Amino acid sequence: MAAAPALRATPLNSTHRALGAKLVDFGGWEMPVQYSGILEEHQTVRTAVGLFDVSHMGEIEIRGPMAGALTDFVTTNHAARLSAGQVQYSGLLFEHGGFVDDILVHKVADDHYFLCVNASNQEKDFEQIRAHNRFGAQVDFTSDRYAQLALQGPKARLTLQKLTSVDLAAIRYYWFADGVVAGAPARIAHTGYTGEEGFEIYIPPPDAPRIWNQVLQAGAEFGIRPCGLGARNTLRLEAKMALYGHEIDASISPLEADLDWIVKLDKGEFVGREALQRQKQAGVRRRLVGFEMKGRGIGRDGYEVRIEGVPAGWVTSGSPSPTLNKNIGLCYLPAALAQPGRAIQIVVRGQPVDAVTVETPFYKRAR
Amino acid sequence: MYPDNFRYTKEHEWVRVEGDVGTIGITDHAQQELGDIVYVDLPKQGARVTQGSTLGSVESVKAVSDIYAPVSGEVVGINAVLADAPEKLNADPHGEAWLVRIKLSAPPELEKLLSAADYQAYIGAEK
Repeated sequence: MAAAPALRATPLNSTHRALGAKLVDFGGWEMPVQYSGILEEHQTVRTAVGLFDVSHMGEIEIRGPMAGALTDFVTTNHAARLSAGQVQYSGLLFEHGGFVDDILVHKVADDHYFLCVNASNQEKDFEQIRAHNRFGAQVDFTSDRYAQLALQGPKARLTLQKLTSVDLAAIRYYWFADGVVAGAPARIAHTGYTGEEGFEIYIPPPDAPRIWNQVLQAGAEFGIRPCGLGARNTLRLEAKMALYGHEIDASISPLEADLDWIVKLDKGEFVGREALQRQKQAGVRRRLVGFEMKGRGIGRDGYEVRIEGVPAGWVTSGSPSPTLNKNIGLCYLPAALAQPGRAIQIVVRGQPVDAVTVETPFYKRAR
Repeated sequence: MYPDNFRYTKEHEWVRVEGDVGTIGITDHAQQELGDIVYVDLPKQGARVTQGSTLGSVESVKAVSDIYAPVSGEVVGINAVLADAPEKLNADPHGEAWLVRIKLSAPPELEKLLSAADYQAYIGAEK
């Protein structure tokens, strides 16, 4: 029997153990799935503030006079339109139009772009960007230089503000600022993966345990809790944010994934553009749509979806929604049938259970 | 934590026998591993089950898990409380949140099950 490869650990691994977290293998990383319980952690983010260790996420930096040209060429969204200090959700595609990854592009300066990418895709992303670097830009794989914490929830700003002199209220949604948090250099981004107000901070790994504890102290008066990947998943699903390996992968294009808004076909040449253009002209065959269970059961990842008894698609993610108190999910259906309000059945462990397609996102915070 | 008058399976069920009826549940370790439980599916009254076969399922926020019958026999009682309050399985898995009662058809099967001490050693080693 081959020995299981050692799991990678974040700088906060022993911190999580000390907090009694349940640790699981998440794409080769040993990560906390929960501390006190998914439902409680979920509600804490919706009503107060939660702290997540997302240091497994990868970082790739593109520098030099042609940094913008390369970033724009390998991504689907309009990176060239970003101002310094702005963040953009984007797709990194193969030539055939399927996802290499979904990423966040931060423009630090005209000659410096900072990409936050998924943990399990980071090496692949780096190779993809390098392979298309006909611009002579400098591409660095810098994941080891950053730990990342996500503070999410209506009290996230008040919590973090105690630890930094950067005026957080002045950072608009999907913008970032570089500054100091708890004495350490930090990139502070007004972004998140929960559908809630919040910040994601990139900090030096050796400082991570100390900053983690200081954030927990700063948020104590608001009822802050450490939160794991379990709650992160239910939160992002309510907000209908894609998860690589579920809603998107190499076989799925952004047009199918209901991510048309990150595809700027008219921006000029980019990797995957021709395939997307053909797909757009011909019309996509399948499309992502949200559903709600009507009958008893939860439609989980991989379950078959039927329409009038005929197999029609598959579930990409499904879970109880702690905020809505319903069982929700996302699925692929033939594009012509993927509108809200359609009666579908989801085969839950051999039994077709009634469900209905619905508008998304399932949850939108009050602003 | 793990009562001495229960017998346990490696699949994390327990059985407490009184006369010829066994009360079945899942262990505290099982509920901890599952996390917040949202559904419990149980067999119908009168169903016949055999040791090791699927008895039902428990679904948490993140996954579904089968429950296996620790003993063979006929289902003679179902804990109706769990249909409306599955979270009780997290709160009191060895008590109020028992799952079913089974009239044993083969009591010697109990010999194959683990004692409390053996079960605790087993879950200790599993970690």
